Amino acid sequence: METIGTILQWLIFLGMAFTSILASVLLITRKNPIHSALFLILNFLCVAVIYLLLYSQFIAIIQVLVYAGAIVMLIVFVIMLLDLEEELRSRLKLFYSKVIGSVLAVLFLFGLIYGLVATSPTGKTGSYTAEKMSANVKAVGEALFNQYLFPFEVVSILLVVAIIGAVILSKRKLS
Amino acid sequence: MQVLYLLIEMIVKCVVVFACLMICVAYLTWLERKVLGHIQIRYGPNRCGPYGLLQPFSDAIKAFFKEDLIPGRADKPVFVLAPMISIISAISLFAVIPFGNQFTIPGTDWVVKLRIADVDIGLLYVFALASIGEFGIILGGWASGNKYGLTGSLRAAAQMISYEVALGLSILGIIILSQTLRLTEIVHQQAGGFWNWNVWYQPMAFILYLICGLAEINRTPFDMPEAESELACGFNIEYSSMKFALFFMAEYAHMVTMGALAVTLFWGGWQPPFPFLSFIPGVVWFSAKLFVFLFFFIWQRGTFPRLRYDQIMKFGWKVMVPLALANLLITGLVVSLKG
Repeated sequence: METIGTILQWLIFLGMAFTSILASVLLITRKNPIHSALFLILNFLCVAVIYLLLYSQFIAIIQVLVYAGAIVMLIVFVIMLLDLEEELRSRLKLFYSKVIGSVLAVLFLFGLIYGLVATSPTGKTGSYTAEKMSANVKAVGEALFNQYLFPFEVVSILLVVAIIGAVILSKRKLS
Repeated sequence: MQVLYLLIEMIVKCVVVFACLMICVAYLTWLERKVLGHIQIRYGPNRCGPYGLLQPFSDAIKAFFKEDLIPGRADKPVFVLAPMISIISAISLFAVIPFGNQFTIPGTDWVVKLRIADVDIGLLYVFALASIGEFGIILGGWASGNKYGLTGSLRAAAQMISYEVALGLSILGIIILSQTLRLTEIVHQQAGGFWNWNVWYQPMAFILYLICGLAEINRTPFDMPEAESELACGFNIEYSSMKFALFFMAEYAHMVTMGALAVTLFWGGWQPPFPFLSFIPGVVWFSAKLFVFLFFFIWQRGTFPRLRYDQIMKFGWKVMVPLALANLLITGLVVSLKG
């Protein structure tokens, strides 16, 4: 029984990993931005399944709820509201943004490789192990509201500032 | 063998729940037309079978054999994909709803739990899948290449995002009271008579949930995305035959799930209203309560006119969200003061 389970997990992992890589490649090569957004959703869903394989139900569902649901919804909304053909007609040169983007992507790749290859900096594990965090929402909440309360509050203030800033920018009278 | 039995149990449960949900959806369309007919002093469908009971099947056959049109300006893959997203998410929503407690198969010691999945994050699962389902409507309207469709889908997006906020906030009070996201646990805590149901502890949240739920499933008075009189059907204007039927079924399946979730969270799920009535199986109580909600959804459609679009958005952000926040604050305060 054990072996069947392991094989099944491997098969699901491989399927999801390849699908998410394929979706990412299609995401950056599609001409139509709505199709790109669809492949972004597919990618997020595959990553959510990989979280499930790691027994992290909460992270998986938050991935679907926040990223695949809310954020891509906003992206789709903005794409539909903007006139994209105007941008194409103006023949905007995307050279600099492409260079900056590739440099950032390469840096991020190095960061990922370092994180995977290098051993953990201290070699110790905290009291909130992966098993404990994945077990239930309570553990995540405890960690968030005890140990990481200050960063949590800072992030919430940052979000409020962003919301108020957006409202002020959109309400400004053009005189 | 244990694994094989488990597999058989899972498959049987999935098939039974799927079949029941589909029958429920089919007869919900019949019930809606019948009830609306009587509200408006008409008969409603009464030609197919006794009392028009075969009407859903005749509708299904008609939908199957109609010509399936895809407009020339449509984005074909997305146009085909959109109804699928809608129906898949609407049906899978029901997977975490506990519709009964459990029973033992006679002659064995095999316990069958009456729910498909009992996950730790049941409530979040419902919200996550509902937010995926919204893509069906938005992409459907956009992919039709029709201005009415696009307007309908943009309205749908704005409306759903705004009301999802209030919907989520209204349910947080229940989570604070029951300290869990597991739906079966929430139902177990409401055992022992109707005075223990959450609706008495969270009356504000219950009303907010009903109103936001109506907006979330695009029912009158919030049926802006399809608004027949101004958008000529909105997001599904270009859809015909089975694709239209899929959107239609998704809407009704979502409505059933909204009602089932209201029963689970506020009306004690499968628990009987009085402890001495517990000899009647929980499934019966669950279905009875669900029927009350479904009837309410239909009844209010025959009662209220449609709101204007800007009124809907104003109502969502300036009335529903502050009320939900106030309810959340008061609940948190009371719970923390009581210790």
